[in-house]
Amino acid sequence: MSDLRFRDAAAVDRVLAALYALAPARPLRFMHVCGTHENALCEYGLRGRLPAWLTLVAGPGCPVCVCPASEIDLARRLAVDRGVLLASFGDVMRVPARGGSLLEAKAAGADCRVVYGIDDAVALAAANPAREVVFFAVGFETTACTTAAVLARGVPANFSVLTSHRLVPPALRALLALEDVRRRTSDVGDRINTGADNQIDGFILPGHATTVTGLADYRTLGPAAPAMAVAGFEPVELALALLRISQQAIRGDPGPIHNIYPRAVRDAGNLVARHLMDEVFAAADAAWRGIGVIPASGLRIRAHLAAHDAQVRFDVAPDPAVPDTHKACRCGDVLLGRLEPEACPLFGAGCNPDRPLGPCMVAFEGTCHARFRHRPLPGVSA
Amino acid sequence: MSEPTDIISLGHGSGGRLTHDLVRQVFRRHFGNPLLAAEGDAAVLTAGAGALAVTTDAFVVTPLEFPGGDIGALAVHGSLNDLAVAGALPQYLSAAFILEEGLPLALLNRIAGSMGRAAADCGVTVVAGDTKVVERGHGDGVYIVTTGVGRMRAAPPAGPGAVRAGDAVLVTGPVGDHGAAIAAVRSGMALAELVSDTGSLFPCVDALYQAGVAPRFMRDATRGGLVTVLAELCAQARDVSVMLQEADLPVRASVRTVCEMLGLDPLYLACEGRAVVVVPAGQAQTALAALQTVPAGQDSSIVGEVTARAPSPVVLATRYGGTRLYDMLASEPLPRIC
Repeated sequence: MSDLRFRDAAAVDRVLAALYALAPARPLRFMHVCGTHENALCEYGLRGRLPAWLTLVAGPGCPVCVCPASEIDLARRLAVDRGVLLASFGDVMRVPARGGSLLEAKAAGADCRVVYGIDDAVALAAANPAREVVFFAVGFETTACTTAAVLARGVPANFSVLTSHRLVPPALRALLALEDVRRRTSDVGDRINTGADNQIDGFILPGHATTVTGLADYRTLGPAAPAMAVAGFEPVELALALLRISQQAIRGDPGPIHNIYPRAVRDAGNLVARHLMDEVFAAADAAWRGIGVIPASGLRIRAHLAAHDAQVRFDVAPDPAVPDTHKACRCGDVLLGRLEPEACPLFGAGCNPDRPLGPCMVAFEGTCHARFRHRPLPGVSA
Repeated sequence: MSEPTDIISLGHGSGGRLTHDLVRQVFRRHFGNPLLAAEGDAAVLTAGAGALAVTTDAFVVTPLEFPGGDIGALAVHGSLNDLAVAGALPQYLSAAFILEEGLPLALLNRIAGSMGRAAADCGVTVVAGDTKVVERGHGDGVYIVTTGVGRMRAAPPAGPGAVRAGDAVLVTGPVGDHGAAIAAVRSGMALAELVSDTGSLFPCVDALYQAGVAPRFMRDATRGGLVTVLAELCAQARDVSVMLQEADLPVRASVRTVCEMLGLDPLYLACEGRAVVVVPAGQAQTALAALQTVPAGQDSSIVGEVTARAPSPVVLATRYGGTRLYDMLASEPLPRIC
C-alpha cells in the first residue's frame, strides 16, 4: 500500500534533518492549539523526534475539553428534566459533569443521541415533529460554521441549538497576555517544560479552523505575536511548520504566517462560511473550562433567531454553581500549556480513559488522552 | 379482506396454519433436509465419536442486508466460525427467528436463501428452528439466534493458558472490513470496495491442521475487532501482552480511508470472517504458508508476537517508530467531533 506523499517517512526525515541543522541561541518553545495535531504528533512519532532545544506544548485545542461543566450540565438538564431529544457529538457524551455524563443520562433513560453533525440533528427534528429537539453545538470555528449554515438556511419549528462554540484567535490573544508568558518567569513547584520558561515563541495554527476563518484574525494578536504557521495533519506538514516557525523565531523579525496547508487553507478563508457565521452569531465573552472567561471568545445566536436559541426557548442558563473540574484535576494548567499531562500527579493510575477525572482524559482531542494512549513502554525513553 | 400475503403478520407466529405455511414455504424450502422435514420437537443427531462442541449466538444487525452479505449469512458463519476456531468440525445448526410484524416476505426469503447457501457451502445441516413474531416496533425486522454443534478434532487449541511470550500472532485477512462496511452504509456512503468479510473460517483452520500446525489459541474476531480478541486473550492468559507491528497489519485502503473520515479505528471494528491465530514462533512461517493456500486466507499475515506483560494488553509498534497502547473498549466506539 502506497503512503500519501505527506506521510512519506523519507520526506519527514529530510525536514527533520533541516530542523536539527538550525542552531538557535536559546531553547524555543512552541504551542499548537488543536487536539488532532496532538494526536498526529504522537501517532506519527514526531513527539519523540524533536531536537532538545525545541519544546512543543499543547494549548487549549480541544473544544470538548474547554466546554464548561455548567454548559454540559445545562444540556443534561434539558434532556433529563425537560424531556428534549438532545443530539450531540460523540465525544461530548462521555465528559463528566455534575450528576454524570450525557452517556450516563442516556443509560438512565434520557433521550441523548450521537450525531455526526447538525444535519443529522435537523433530520431527527423533521422525523419527530411532536418532540423538542436540541442540538448541543460544541466546537471551534470548524463546526460553528455548519451550525450557522443550517440556522441561516432554516430549520424545523421544533429544533433549537444550545450553543457552546468557541473561537481560537481570542484564546491565543489571552494566552499571550498571561502574566507568566509576558513576564517569562517560571512557575515554582510545577515541572516546567524543558529548557524554557512559559514564553511562547511560536504557534502552530489549527488546520481546519483556519480553513473556515482564514488567517486575518491571527495577524491582530498584538505586538507580542510570535512566529506562526498553519499545518495540516500529516507528519510532513507538521514537521515543515515546525521548521518554518523555528527559522522565524531565530530570525526574530515579525514575518508572515506560513501556510503549510495551502490545499485547504486560503488567506481569506471560506468567505461564504464567514458571512454565514456573521449573519447568525455575535461574539460574546465566554468561559473556558479550567481557564476562565476569555473576552469575545464565544458565539451567541443573534436575536432574530431567538426562537431557535435553546437558552431563550426554554428560558434556561448555565448554573454558575456547577463545579468546573474535580478538585484535584489540573486540566486548566494542561490546557494552558503550563503542565505536561505526564507531570500531573493523577496521570495514569488516578486518571485514565477508563476512569477519567477531567475532560482532557475523556475526549479523543484531549491532550491527556493522546499522551496516555501513546505513553512509552517502561524502559523505553519517550 | 384477506390478510396481505407479502409481509409477516402476527398470525405467522401463532403456531397455526400461517406458521406451518411459513415454515414449509420459507425455511424448509431453503434449509430442506430429512431431519428438518420430520418436523419433530427435537432433532436426533449422530455426531460420531469424541467430544461435542456447542456454541450459540444472537444476531441483531442493522441494516439487514449490507454489501457483502446479510443477517442470514452472518448467523450461519458466526456459529460455524466459533466451532471452527474451537477446533471442532461443524456439523449441525439450529436457527430461531424473531420476526417483526410487517417484515416483507421477499426479504425473509432472501435471508433464508442466503442461510441455506451458506450452510450448504460449509457442509452443515440446519436441523432445528423456531419462529416467533413480535408486534411492529418491537423488533428490528429480524433477530436470529443460532446454535451450532460440531465434533472436536483430536488436537484442538489448548487455549489462552498455553500461550507463551515469543509466540507468533497471525490474522487470516484484512481487519475491519465488516465494521467499516456497516459504518459506511449507516453514514449514507456506499462504496464498491467496502464489503463485509462474512464468510466461513473452516477452510483456513483446516489448512492449518492439514499442514501439521497446532495453534495454541484461535478466535474469530467479531465485535470489538482484532484488539478485543487480543485483549481477551491477555486477560485470560494473565501474564502476557501482544505487540503488533503496524506495518504488517493488513487493512484495506478503503477501510482506512472510511475510518479516518468517520473517526473510527479499524483495529476495533468488527470482522466476520477473520481468525486470530497464535502459534509457536517456529511454526509461524508454516502456518502463514498454509493459510495462504486457501482463497479466504490469501491475505493472511504474521502481525506480531506475544510478549511479557506490558502496561497495556495490546501495544502497536507504529510505522514511525513509536508505540500506541490499546486496551479493551470501555463501551461503544464514539465518533470524534472533528
